[in-house]
Amino acid sequence: MSTRLAKGGRLIDRSTRAEFMFNGKRLSGHQGDTLASALLANDQMLVGRSFKYHRPRGIMAAGPEEPNALVNLGHGDRVEPNQRSTTTELFPGLVAQSQNHWPSLEFDVGVVNSYVSRFLPAGFYYKTFMQPRAAWKHLFEPVIRQSAGLGPAPKSPDPDRYEYVYGFCDVLIIGGGIAGLQAALTAGQAGKRVMLIEQTPHWGGRAVVDGDVVEDEPAEDWVKSAIDALATMKNVTLRTRCMGAGVYDHGYVLANERVADHSPGDGRPKQRLWRIRAGHIITATGAIERPLSFAGNDIPGVMLAGALRDYLVNYGVSLGDRTVIVTNNDDAYLTAIALAEAGLAVPAILDARTEVTGDLPERARALDIRIEAGRAVARVKGGKRVTGVEVCLQAGEGAVLEEIVCDAVAMSGGWSPVVHLWSHCGGKLTWSDHISAFIPDTTRPPITHDGSPMVTVVGAAAGIYRTDDIITSSGVVENTSPVPPVWVMPQGAPVALRSKMWLDYQNDVKVSDVQLAAREGYESVEHTKRYTTLGMATDQGKLSNINGLGVLSDALGEDIPRVGTTTFRPPYTPVTIGALTGEARGELFQPLRRTPMHDWHEANGVYWEPVGHWRRPYCYPRNGETHAQAVHREVLNTREKLGLLDASTLGKIIVKGPDAGRFLDMMYTNMMSTLPVGKCRYGLMCDEQGFLSDDGVVARIDEETWLCHTTSGGADRIHGWMEDWLQCEWWDWKVYTANVTEQYAQVAVVGPNARKLLEKLGGMDVSKEALPFMQWADGTLGGFAVRVYRISFSGELSYEIAIRASHGAAFWEMLHKQGAEFGAMAYGTECLHIMRAEKGFIMIGDETDGTVTPLDLGLSWAISKKKTDFLGKRGMERSHLADPDRWKLVGLETLDGSVIPDGAYAVVDGVNANGQRNVEGRVTSTYYSPTLKRGIAMGLIKHGPDRMGEVVTFNKVDGGTIAAKIVDAVFFDKAGEKGNA
Amino acid sequence: MHDLVSALGGKTFEGFAKIREIGPLGMISLRCDLRQKPLAAALKKLGLSVPAARRIVQKGGRSVGWMSPDELLVILPYADVGSTLETLRNALAVIHFLAEDVSDARAVFRIEGEKAEQILSKLCPVDLAGLEPGELRRTRAAQVAVAFWVEDGGYTLVSFRSVASYVMGLLTHSATKGSEI
Amino acid sequence: MLTLQCPYCGVQADETELAPGHEAHLKRFSVGSSDEEFEGYMFARKNPKGVHFERWRHAYGCGKWFLAARDTNTLEVFGTYSAQSTEPPADLVAKIKQKRPDWEGYK
Repeated sequence: MSTRLAKGGRLIDRSTRAEFMFNGKRLSGHQGDTLASALLANDQMLVGRSFKYHRPRGIMAAGPEEPNALVNLGHGDRVEPNQRSTTTELFPGLVAQSQNHWPSLEFDVGVVNSYVSRFLPAGFYYKTFMQPRAAWKHLFEPVIRQSAGLGPAPKSPDPDRYEYVYGFCDVLIIGGGIAGLQAALTAGQAGKRVMLIEQTPHWGGRAVVDGDVVEDEPAEDWVKSAIDALATMKNVTLRTRCMGAGVYDHGYVLANERVADHSPGDGRPKQRLWRIRAGHIITATGAIERPLSFAGNDIPGVMLAGALRDYLVNYGVSLGDRTVIVTNNDDAYLTAIALAEAGLAVPAILDARTEVTGDLPERARALDIRIEAGRAVARVKGGKRVTGVEVCLQAGEGAVLEEIVCDAVAMSGGWSPVVHLWSHCGGKLTWSDHISAFIPDTTRPPITHDGSPMVTVVGAAAGIYRTDDIITSSGVVENTSPVPPVWVMPQGAPVALRSKMWLDYQNDVKVSDVQLAAREGYESVEHTKRYTTLGMATDQGKLSNINGLGVLSDALGEDIPRVGTTTFRPPYTPVTIGALTGEARGELFQPLRRTPMHDWHEANGVYWEPVGHWRRPYCYPRNGETHAQAVHREVLNTREKLGLLDASTLGKIIVKGPDAGRFLDMMYTNMMSTLPVGKCRYGLMCDEQGFLSDDGVVARIDEETWLCHTTSGGADRIHGWMEDWLQCEWWDWKVYTANVTEQYAQVAVVGPNARKLLEKLGGMDVSKEALPFMQWADGTLGGFAVRVYRISFSGELSYEIAIRASHGAAFWEMLHKQGAEFGAMAYGTECLHIMRAEKGFIMIGDETDGTVTPLDLGLSWAISKKKTDFLGKRGMERSHLADPDRWKLVGLETLDGSVIPDGAYAVVDGVNANGQRNVEGRVTSTYYSPTLKRGIAMGLIKHGPDRMGEVVTFNKVDGGTIAAKIVDAVFFDKAGEKGNA
Repeated sequence: MHDLVSALGGKTFEGFAKIREIGPLGMISLRCDLRQKPLAAALKKLGLSVPAARRIVQKGGRSVGWMSPDELLVILPYADVGSTLETLRNALAVIHFLAEDVSDARAVFRIEGEKAEQILSKLCPVDLAGLEPGELRRTRAAQVAVAFWVEDGGYTLVSFRSVASYVMGLLTHSATKGSEI
Repeated sequence: MLTLQCPYCGVQADETELAPGHEAHLKRFSVGSSDEEFEGYMFARKNPKGVHFERWRHAYGCGKWFLAARDTNTLEVFGTYSAQSTEPPADLVAKIKQKRPDWEGYK
């Protein structure tokens, strides 16, 4: 059984006590524990069930590579699935729940999968759930969904705060072991701006656990003085609990700092995502130990040898009293020595190598530990925990030589350098036969913006394990003690054993699965990965990829370098969505643009409509009105009395200069250079293809100055479009532009009583004679300095009044107060849309979709025939755009007065080549007109303008059709008398 | 004269740094060839000079910042905008230029306190340690355009008016006590 | 995430401060051009793997468009220059030629 020893544990504070809950059980650990070490200290060796077969699983590792000990962490609002207990720091009150079991961890029904495992081979789902198709929906999918997935997602909103921070440095060092610290000291002493990050809360990496000697000092002391020295350097930033997640282009690195994971609710942000731009990146990310593939290598009590040492040294926790070591390399002997020195039994070291020499084996021999060369584990005995091992020859087929009773097995298949960050942005790898691992190919590094290498790898991440080699940075991989390849144990294991050898613990992929994939023709490692799901779990194959690759290359009879690796992709370990989101949640999810009258709208019951990032009033429901009722009231009131619209969002761009007229003649399809000062003209803008992109009223301010109104969503786009042409094509033209959209609030005062209200306010002459339709004037109204445009988008008598934004709200409120006697009432965008549709005015985005030309919309009057060129002119000349069969805009009047559904197509008999119903047009705008008390619509219809009076048929979403007569698109006040009043 | 209302009416927040919306502040967008003599003369009348690229010149309650190779931002008391525009327009009439009042199109914030820099480092992809004295930096804060510079031991930050509330939210979130880096 | 230096204001801009604008040095064809010329102007893009000339706008900075020479494969940036250029500057072309001897050259 696993337990806390009486002595030892360099990271724990035995004077403290941290109570926590695991699966409803109250347990206790110490400050400094991880959840994993605390569980082991409480003899909780069974920590989860495997994904596919629901096999009992124990803790395998002591770091982020842990595949098994994933828990659902937290309670109430703070719940996180799939948290690795090996990297979760213990704190008082921690609550954790194991995953993937039902009804309980100890007794799990899903384990039945294990007994039928030979019927669940690799690719089982692909092979089985092919036919019949109907079974998918009703049988296969529901069952698979039920049994798929590990932890449950949290149900309530995350109560915690997250944030980004942008970091800059000359040298970013990822990994705070000896190699990283040494690199930081070197760069720091050279005066470089250094950032050193370490994913754990502690500095020193493995050297402090293994009791290495660094520059004649115990590693522990060396690390302490290194940190002290670095802390005094102003040019060095140190962060622990900060995981280097990904390396991207041009020295860009994402790192996730777990600020308050271990102190939830203490007022700090839970996590902080560092977005670092580094001149150079040094990865000192160490290495990860590989398991060995023997039967039963997943039974609780089997652990990586280095991890077992971590628990012993760091936390004073032993996995068992009698630990068998099984290895193919020298490093595992450190575990044997550490156990023996702690007074625990090591009945045998089973070493797959036929010759065992070297310092560490000699030290073990000196401690009277039995070493068996050329031996392997045939099978681990036990169910929910290890009870013993059967020993066999590594060279053989698994015939049992003896049984050794033990309660723990420490295994080591060698160490794989953590090359993830080197590889993220294109660093290539080379295979080292010496240590049987991929190491960075320093001749093919990832490069940065100037073509120079962007990443350097140091220490164990480069296959350099000896501290002397690291300190002097003169080591080569060959100095590391050699590791022969041992992919299957024993080498000739029969299928009965191979089908109990786990490669990927989390996704339950066995040696036999990979071999099956190879037999079935999956020769590419990327295909094998997807077919077997090897390396596709949340640990992304940190333990399994190299072993799987070894098995695959053996099965294919190919060298490992030829088979190659799967792609390393960020993040190195999972990063929660909250951290990636940063501050962008709730109110800050995206910027909302508010007009100066926003608060008034809010206070008056507005129902908002998003228009780009703007919020515009859609309508203002009163006294329980539906939106439709409110809109109808607003339309009728505006048509009969007086409506007020917040039009502040309309784009306003000043265009000024000696060449401004010439420039606007290029930007607009119509002639703007001839517009007299003081007048307004409606204009259209096309892209170079000839498709309509924006529209609005242009006012000539003075000889050299025009003011261009754009659509609400279009201001920034059109301003950018103008600047693009001025900067990149006609850069010798003397024109300046300024986007003054937000300088002005704008109010449309609309309706038969509009003039009465403005006259009451006084200050300027707004009579028909002084300010006729399509003119503008500066003046004052009610003491406010204003610019008044006599323009109309509703067909009513209408003034659009621009006023400085700082006065916008006061002016708007004054209009309401003074306008009350004239029936003044605010109206929203839907009312605006209906009124413009009643008048047959087009709306960009409704009548246009990026494939519609002005000619399609019957706007030929707005296309200058005199100009030799404008943007879109050549595009419109293309045969397809000049085709007389193009759909053209008309009005549509339903025969029964109902409203045609939005987006409906006009259908005709027959089907096209794709078997779809033939169509001859579509609806672009459709409304119930409160003015006309019937449905009205506009649509693009083939030969539409030539078919006035014809009836066309539209389909409805719920089946059935609706008949409509083709009519003139101007439904209301065709003579335009109201607007000209 | 009616009361002027800034975007947020002078909202403040006290976190580990202090955030204040200030204003209204007068601002004139001025575009022309920055090497032209009449420009230097016009700015001289205001007690200012033509700033070098990415610099802001501040003197006696007025400043002029470099916005782009052909654009300056003149910052001055709101009440002086009208007369200053007149002055500029008259002085620059001989050259090709554009001068527009943009005072109301902006929101202005002050970020003050020892750790003010941390607030911006959470929002802007800018190496603030490399920000030189008198440098005006245009960039983004989270999802919107901003400009800022060091002034009186803190930062002055300018955004568009319509997103003032969003920017205040960003600054508040970043300055919340406990969020010190 | 790239960084490109804006040639107008000198800022080493983060990609998130920039807006991309596709291929540089396109010649505008308009009224009077053949269908082939117009098609080339509107649609035919080089899209090379390797040396490429692009338009970028310092959208969150000084607002100016500029041009960049970049290797689309390695993301190495050879240089940035004024948008008011009808072709890449000779010294930049020479620099690229030196770094990429196999490059077929501009045009």
